[in-house]
Amino acid sequence: MTATEHPADVPRDGPELDGPELDRILSETWGDKPGLIGWLTTVDHKRVGKRYIFTAIGFLLLGGILALIMRLQLARPDSGLITADRYNQIFTMHGSTMMFLFAVPVMEAFGVYLVPLMVGTRAISFPRLNAFSYWLYLCGGIMLWVAFLRDVGPDIGWFAYTPLSGPEFSPGKRADFWAQLITFTEVAALAVAVEIVATILKQRAPGMRLDRIPLFVWGMLVTAFMVIFSMPAVTLASSFLLSDRLVGTQFYNATEGGSALLWQHLFWFFGHPEVYIIFLPGLGFVSAIVETFCKRPVFAYPIMVAALVTTGLLAFGLWVHHMFATGLPRLGYAFYTAASMSIALPSGVQIFCWIATMWDSRPRMEVPMWWVVGFIITFVIGGLTGVMVASVPLDLELHDTYFIVAHFHYTLIGGAVFPLLGAITYWFPKITGRMMGDRLGKVAFGFVFAGFHLTFMPMHFTGLLGMPRRVYTYPAGMGWSALNLTSTIGAFVMALGVVLFLANLVRSLGNGAIAGDNPWGAASLEWATTSPPRPYNFAHIPAVTSHTPLWEESLPVFSGLRVEHRELVLTTVVEALPDVRDPSPTPSIWPLLAALATTGLFIWSIFSPWALVWGAIPVGIALTLWFWPKSSPDTHQEPVIE
Amino acid sequence: MRRLLALVPLALLAGCSGMQSMSEGAGFGSHLFNQLMLLFLVVTGISYAAVLLFLTMAVVGRRNEGGEPRLQALLIAWTGFILIGLILLTGASFLSDRREAREGSDRTPLKVTVNANQWWWGIEYQNDDPSQSLRTANELHLPVGRPVELKLNAGDVIHSLWIPALAGKQDLIPGRENDLRVVPTRIGHYRGQCAEYCGLQHAHMAFDVTVESPQAFAAWYKAQSQPAPEPADPGIKAGHDFFMSHACAMCHAIGGTPANGTTGPDLTHVASRKTIAAGTLPMTRGALMGWIANPQGVKPGARMPAVGMTPDELHAVASYLETLK
Repeated sequence: MTATEHPADVPRDGPELDGPELDRILSETWGDKPGLIGWLTTVDHKRVGKRYIFTAIGFLLLGGILALIMRLQLARPDSGLITADRYNQIFTMHGSTMMFLFAVPVMEAFGVYLVPLMVGTRAISFPRLNAFSYWLYLCGGIMLWVAFLRDVGPDIGWFAYTPLSGPEFSPGKRADFWAQLITFTEVAALAVAVEIVATILKQRAPGMRLDRIPLFVWGMLVTAFMVIFSMPAVTLASSFLLSDRLVGTQFYNATEGGSALLWQHLFWFFGHPEVYIIFLPGLGFVSAIVETFCKRPVFAYPIMVAALVTTGLLAFGLWVHHMFATGLPRLGYAFYTAASMSIALPSGVQIFCWIATMWDSRPRMEVPMWWVVGFIITFVIGGLTGVMVASVPLDLELHDTYFIVAHFHYTLIGGAVFPLLGAITYWFPKITGRMMGDRLGKVAFGFVFAGFHLTFMPMHFTGLLGMPRRVYTYPAGMGWSALNLTSTIGAFVMALGVVLFLANLVRSLGNGAIAGDNPWGAASLEWATTSPPRPYNFAHIPAVTSHTPLWEESLPVFSGLRVEHRELVLTTVVEALPDVRDPSPTPSIWPLLAALATTGLFIWSIFSPWALVWGAIPVGIALTLWFWPKSSPDTHQEPVIE
Repeated sequence: MRRLLALVPLALLAGCSGMQSMSEGAGFGSHLFNQLMLLFLVVTGISYAAVLLFLTMAVVGRRNEGGEPRLQALLIAWTGFILIGLILLTGASFLSDRREAREGSDRTPLKVTVNANQWWWGIEYQNDDPSQSLRTANELHLPVGRPVELKLNAGDVIHSLWIPALAGKQDLIPGRENDLRVVPTRIGHYRGQCAEYCGLQHAHMAFDVTVESPQAFAAWYKAQSQPAPEPADPGIKAGHDFFMSHACAMCHAIGGTPANGTTGPDLTHVASRKTIAAGTLPMTRGALMGWIANPQGVKPGARMPAVGMTPDELHAVASYLETLK
């Protein structure tokens, strides 16, 4: 296929322009300036994605260290290792870091890196917004951690219930740093979500109809829509909280006509979808890994897609199951019980489809597959305890105990972190060009898996024996001591596994076997290009004729895009027919400067409402210069004629 | 079979103190919890076993020889199984909830108001005759078999009242009045604890629950309704005088004396309780003195300040409080 009817004087990729010459021109067009300037101005989704992944893993380690400190404190009853005040900051920081600075960003980061490659395009849509998103996320994370290290870390729990987080019961600025962290991460997450939706719907390679999209990409699409619909609720909630704290509004103050429960409704309307925002990309990892190592498309593709979409929709109908003990009308609870339980259906069906895929093939048990097996064994337990806590009579006992702590770590670590570690092992060769060590990978898996279950399995029983969560200490003689000690030992075993995983990662960066384009023999488009991919991703845009393009006899390509300017081909939403050519933005320093100006505004507004007035000026200047129109004859859209 | 299965979770919990255990079954709610949990364990256990079996077969067993049609048939069966399981569990859960709401509705309930504060529980037994109402703190005495209607209020932030051995929890939310119905069914001593994170000392917001015979309860109620005894000897009198003339009396109430503060627990019969400082310390002379002398050392952040006193005064106050049986 070629696009014809174009001015002959413009160089385009095609049979007459190919090989090293094409690489030279495209690298020139799509590459960054060398050195620090290039590093700060890049809008390459792969560079931004790598930074996002790297930063998120950094926060995972910080959150993990906090978990170990908590486990040390709880190893024995009446422990005086750390004070109540520090402990309360630490568990708040652990939850906030893991949810807002690790789990959501790392999943979006993989989306940023992989989605454009998997749909076969040269760049993510809105690449400058993407860079802005990363800088803002980084600044928000640094703000929270600097506050914590200076003893102004939040101590209100990661869901910050009012009125405890309000002005009367949390004087000082601790709660404000937490609320502003929400603003930072929500803006960053919304930006990425918009980019991912636009990239998936409009930039797919010609021929990649909706029913040929890789399941990981479907997972990211549903996730991105969930971000768009759920995050505004929490942004609203945290803005109300900030204004209650800063300018004396009374949104959450019951004595002035506000409502303490308003916070919970708004927060959980976001908070429950949040769990699936973390978990659906994890399911996407699993689908990609299973397909590759079984050398067979995942069984029942349409049902898998329907399951993802169903989960995304149902996720918005369950938030009240976090509020069964708040005294809402009892009969209304029945609806939320049924909705919560029904999530088990799409999840159970997907589990079946993956196992069926393995059964119907000869799976190669490489390290990523071990993580998938670990995921199934672990996540299903979390899903089944989820069915238990969906029941009102059971939840009224189990709610806010260590049983819940066990439950959500089984779903989040089992359902998202295990697939993530599998995904890192799986895509490491694509990202770095080298394979991760096999034996160390298996040893690390063993430690993480065993350590995880040793930590969290006993917590089910600690909870059943009546231990509430979020207590900095507990008395002896309650039957909790031995179980807690076991959990602590398990946590350190798991930490050792994580260290081994990272050691393997670092060692493989320099010493790993050279990977080649497609070391696993996978079917999706990211494996059609070099490892690591060139700045322009694909020399020629691939044309897709099936669900598993790289398993076809040949991969046809689509040529005729300009090579001296950044140009993409946009395709139609459903059929992915070539539609128009579209220019793609060039590197710019303004996303970074706009992010810094926004950071200034956000942090200043913790201390003064006037920040919204004066702080908006630098933001306005940065945005104006970012979007300053440039006159160029090459920036208009051109129809594509086949 | 049913009985055997019931032993599985119980055996796992055996040997542990049941004072704060959900599976203790000392109230109708906890009893229903056990029944319902057993059903959930059976259904989810079967599901998990099926998944593990299928996974093992898929990884190391014989390959599928039936092609896609066989997978499709199995998928339909699996979906059907999940649907039936979910309908069963949702139905059972709903019926269980209704049953709990109906239990004891034919008997006159005992009415108790709970006011939760950072970090203690104010308890008021309501009576149609206000002079018969009773105020105490951080302890509940309940007659076995009689339903209790707890009215739940919070004075500052959200707390959650939870007596695992008797029933599920219910939040106490500022600006709302919630209620919780508990039907204690077995005599014994249990422990309740705040279940919603409520700030610095959330870990030290517990209370004692005594379920006793109606006669023992009536005797307790009668004793608690008496005002505090007059100080009998000069040492105790000195403690009484110190208490009344210092900050203590601003926050605490002692029936029959000028002390009638309500920002701290009522101390009229403090010495009859099993613990002090909301389930934090045992009610002993040593603990009492330690608590009075340095509340911030025992429970950092607690609203009770250290009141300056000499060792003699400390002994006198402790002696006085010890007489408040």
